[in-house]
Amino acid sequence: MIFGIPVQAFLGQLLIGLINGSFYALLSLGLAVIFGLLRVINFAHGAQYMLGAFVAFLLLQYFAIGYWAALILAPLIVGLLGAVIERTMLSRLYNLDPLYGLLFTFGLALTIEGTFRYLYGASGQPYAAPSWLAGGTNLGFMFLPNYRGWVVVVSLLACLGTWLLIEKTKLGSYLRAATENPVLVQAFGVNVPLLLTFTYALGAGLAAFAGVLAAPVYQVSPLMGTNLIIVVFAVVVVGGMGSIMGAIVTGYMLGIAEGLTKVFYPEASNIVIFVIMAIVLLLRPAGLFGRDA
Amino acid sequence: MVELSEKMATNVQPERTASMIQVGLLVVAVGCLAAAPLFLYPIFLMKLLCFALFACAFNLLLGYTGLLSFGHATFFGGAAYFTAHAVKEWGVTPEIGILIGVAGAALLGLVVGFFAIRRQGIYFAMITLALGQMFYFFCLQAAFTHGEDGIQSVPRGHLFGLIDLNRPTSMYYFVLVAFLIGMAIIWRFINSPFGMILKSIRENEQRAISLGYSVRNYKLGAFVMSAALTGLAGGLKALVFQFATLTDVGWQMSGEVILMTLLGGIGTMIGPIVGAGLVVTLQNYLATSDFPVTIVTGIVFMACVLLFRRGIVGEFYTSRLGKKLGF
Repeated sequence: MIFGIPVQAFLGQLLIGLINGSFYALLSLGLAVIFGLLRVINFAHGAQYMLGAFVAFLLLQYFAIGYWAALILAPLIVGLLGAVIERTMLSRLYNLDPLYGLLFTFGLALTIEGTFRYLYGASGQPYAAPSWLAGGTNLGFMFLPNYRGWVVVVSLLACLGTWLLIEKTKLGSYLRAATENPVLVQAFGVNVPLLLTFTYALGAGLAAFAGVLAAPVYQVSPLMGTNLIIVVFAVVVVGGMGSIMGAIVTGYMLGIAEGLTKVFYPEASNIVIFVIMAIVLLLRPAGLFGRDA
Repeated sequence: MVELSEKMATNVQPERTASMIQVGLLVVAVGCLAAAPLFLYPIFLMKLLCFALFACAFNLLLGYTGLLSFGHATFFGGAAYFTAHAVKEWGVTPEIGILIGVAGAALLGLVVGFFAIRRQGIYFAMITLALGQMFYFFCLQAAFTHGEDGIQSVPRGHLFGLIDLNRPTSMYYFVLVAFLIGMAIIWRFINSPFGMILKSIRENEQRAISLGYSVRNYKLGAFVMSAALTGLAGGLKALVFQFATLTDVGWQMSGEVILMTLLGGIGTMIGPIVGAGLVVTLQNYLATSDFPVTIVTGIVFMACVLLFRRGIVGEFYTSRLGKKLGF
């Protein structure tokens, strides 16, 4: 017993919190990467997450392509789609107030979501976890469904991989330099517009990756993205978009906080992240890891 | 001397005719609105007026202060709940019910605004969206909103205890008068010294600060004002449709009002009215088909941002005809 709550229930909710936190981390990471370079808040991030799950579902349905291939293919397809959108439309908005980017991607999200709701209805479609990860493992103190353990590990790896890509590689150094001063980087012969397209595709791909991971946990539904993205916005406000690591850490922290709230005060579990956001705004308006005011 | 005064006279003349044309247009518009129920379905007209007022109140913030709120459904839907509850459960007269809705929305605006103005630009939008979603979950769970069912069969009652609002014509004129009062307040507000300072904040916040204005208080004032007027629209809507539901507090509603304002013209007095008219008409038209409104809404959104950011009215103002009319 921990604080009068059975250990099993406590750890179970902690695990759910960790799973949610994985998705918050992956999505807020993508938002931060896109915002860092493009100065656009990608409202369509939730729709791209949903697209990832749907691409996996459709690949299985029509081409009998399973989970493992989908885990690679779906991010590529959605990333490519993101690149096309960035090239043809989003890139026209860079010189304007960032609010226009938000409004444009909001419209994009509505269009994608509406289309899928029209085609597949509002109800969710089941997507089975691969047989290799079915079942669970008894850890002695709790029962761990294998797939959920896999989600936590893989998303952690994906977050770390992205962080390494940006902080430790040559490409990443170009990205960081272009964030600081795009004109100068362009003058050094780096193709900055291409870098912007790549960054948006990377962000969209990360969202799609999270979507494929989420497909067996939740149901594949057209509405799965938008409600999530609003919570992720709150996560981003708490973390501040100044640092990649900040986005990751905040995502996991708030996921766990949400899980623990479900144990102790379930009625507030829907709003706890928003309450934390309000408190952080009072104490540290720039966000926990934020540099910009 | 003579030359100069002549010059001045020729300069003044077109301005005077232009403002006379504008006043004339205003009179014609009000006349049309007064006569409209003879030709169009009153419920549709009342819906249009409610949303037009909602969009104008929202525009007070986006267009004149430069703050994009993504959570205005909180004040619209919140006021609808307050008014519906007051009228149905406490049995107050409709005008008192509306005032309760307005006061409640203003209070919500004070709380949301207090948090949101701590950040600027894009963060402001995200914070208002998140707090709006929080209020949505609150409404989902609170007892007085009746969760998924909403507050149903709200009585319209008797205005001042005298005029029966169950007659569609009386209800329509009640909504029209409230709408005109709301518009007059907005017009007066924008053209007051307070409104001028808001515009200066929109144009250059740093400079407004350095000139000694307490920008925070002005922003909060504008936010509360906008929320209160949104509450007026929400309260009216609850009486017109005789219900208040979760739809009114959802983020989709916040998106809708942004679209109306953007489509009509951000920062123009009548743009949001035009935008609201178009969006409401479109929704009515699509309601009978099974084609989802969201797809159309999304495409219009993208088209507005990419092609005509000034909105319909804004583009008209900058066109040759608009300039001739003195806009």
